[in-house]
Amino acid sequence: MTDIFGLLKGKPEDADYCKKGVIVQGITGSYGSLHAKQMISYGTNVVAGVTPGKGGQKFEETIPIYNSMQEAVDATNAKISIIYVPAKFFLAAAKDALNAGIKLLVAIPEHVPIRDTMEALDLANQKGAVIIGPNTPGIMIPELIKIGIMPPMPFKAGKIAVLSKSGTLLYEISDALTNAGFGQSITIGIGGDPVNGTRLIDAFEMVKDISDLEGLVIVGEIGGDSEEMLAQKIIDSGFNKPAVAYIAGRAAPKEKRMGHAGAIVMGTYGSAESKVSMFNKANIPVAKRPAEVPVLLAGKMEK
Amino acid sequence: MQLLEFQAKELFREYGISLLDSISSTNIEEGRKHAKELGYPFVIKIQVPVGGRGKAGGIQKCQNDDEFELKYPQVMDLEIKGEKARAILLEKMADIKKELYLSIFLNRSKRCYTIIASAEGGVEIESVKNQIIKEIGLGKVSDEVADEVAKEMGLEGSIAEGVADTLKKLSKLTIEKEAELVEINPLAIMQDDSVTALDGKFVTDDNANFRHDELQKYQEKTEIEEQAEKSGFSLVELDGDIAVVGNGAGLVMSTLDMLSDNGGKPACFLDVGGGATTESVYEALTLISKLDRVKGILVNLYGGIVKTTVVAEAFLKAYENNLIDLPVFSRLKGTESEKAKEMLQGSRTNIFDSVEEAINAAVMGVKK
Repeated sequence: MTDIFGLLKGKPEDADYCKKGVIVQGITGSYGSLHAKQMISYGTNVVAGVTPGKGGQKFEETIPIYNSMQEAVDATNAKISIIYVPAKFFLAAAKDALNAGIKLLVAIPEHVPIRDTMEALDLANQKGAVIIGPNTPGIMIPELIKIGIMPPMPFKAGKIAVLSKSGTLLYEISDALTNAGFGQSITIGIGGDPVNGTRLIDAFEMVKDISDLEGLVIVGEIGGDSEEMLAQKIIDSGFNKPAVAYIAGRAAPKEKRMGHAGAIVMGTYGSAESKVSMFNKANIPVAKRPAEVPVLLAGKMEK
Repeated sequence: MQLLEFQAKELFREYGISLLDSISSTNIEEGRKHAKELGYPFVIKIQVPVGGRGKAGGIQKCQNDDEFELKYPQVMDLEIKGEKARAILLEKMADIKKELYLSIFLNRSKRCYTIIASAEGGVEIESVKNQIIKEIGLGKVSDEVADEVAKEMGLEGSIAEGVADTLKKLSKLTIEKEAELVEINPLAIMQDDSVTALDGKFVTDDNANFRHDELQKYQEKTEIEEQAEKSGFSLVELDGDIAVVGNGAGLVMSTLDMLSDNGGKPACFLDVGGGATTESVYEALTLISKLDRVKGILVNLYGGIVKTTVVAEAFLKAYENNLIDLPVFSRLKGTESEKAKEMLQGSRTNIFDSVEEAINAAVMGVKK
């Protein structure tokens, strides 16, 4: 099982406790540089960037840029990287990172071919590394570390874990939670692709034993069966903290891809009904609207 | 993208999977020529990228000229799950002993290719009984696995060999073309014990398109869809009258759900992508202005890194250029939303604090 807090924060005795280094792959691109700056201003310790051919330069006059992940890791000893390269270069970038010893890889690009994701995952498994994404907004511990593209405003430190397939719904629902007084201990963007490096069940494993966890919010959408698997896992594990779900795509037509590569209903496989009924079986209420999530969560907490 | 049956069969043929004689046409004149070439009896099959064709009357037997003249136009005019006929396939009638089911799909949760096979095919996958399910990793189906599947299906002799051979070819096709799903349902056992694919389904991984120029000829897009793709948007056309625009697939789906819950009928799903810029929102409004059935536009934007004032500029520009003469119901959330509201005061955009209010106003607004 992945100790995600160990990776993101480290141990109190570490010299870099709560300041773990992050390498940004594709730091000189317009997207990569925008979000590298945003991450830095949030307090994330960006220690290096990688852009092949631009080694030796500096990002924002302070952060060294390397040609390869091996050089960047040798120089910084970082275990976390985030990829902002275009989808067709994702696999090469992921291999570069995993072979250099990266243990937590956050894969932002959308439109990565599934086969490339599966190959990267295969390598990650061999190396004992974790991939978040692709097609994810990233992962964050609010007010401590942000590895991703999420805006800072919706999030506040707290004790609710939020797992989401969608980016903007993660912002929307976290915003609603924050306004209702529910801060977040961690938010994990699973990603909207058919194959996710970290599935909902894996993300659940990462957060279920947080000692002061007060609640779990699952933001799913049509397509695949990862919500069903999670509901089953919650039943099997006897997890008994308040949990609430939201499923987007109830009104979507069948056999149409709704924006996300993974958001497609084939027959009954991937339908909202199937997910809602599994969550009901797990005694997890499913909100009809994003704004209803904190209301249901508060209701669960009173019981 | 889901290919049409005749396109899937073109790929099957290329990979040596046995098929009946068939010819596709797009009008009855062509069809008549093909009918002569093929000879009666044959089956007329509508070509749409969705399932459930048989139930909807899209597959008709045809014995003679009179039946052909009657049934060809009937099938051509059908609309199945909102999809009009892209073509008509005429296929020889088969004398079959038994219908099997065979597919390989990309198993999302197990992250590998998976075979589903059954000796009882010919019905929709949900109803296929005695399914044999085998996870096969990322590589091609081996001789051993193929033989094992045929055996588990209860097949023997040349039939088992034929099914195993078809399965291996199907797996080669799936992997080389990076398909998400390839299905033969039914795979028929013929009177002479040979096996033949009577239907074909093929779903591509569109994200791998850049490696598959050979599949590009199957891409069929409307002008609007093409423009949407060029702008990096996701667009799904629907049959209602309120266009739904937002940033992020999840948020737009969620807006669609809430609109439907409140009695509204979405005209399209338009996701301008996670960020939103003046250009992207202007582009989105341009696209919607080309959809005839739209009576109102519902906009739900969560401005993250991007300021909502930037989005407001797009609206103002669209009105200035007379791009839009429809009512716009909008919820803008995020940075500088107060200023954005001020900017849009008195314009065609009605701004609401919550998406619920925007939806209610949109539903009322288009009824007028």
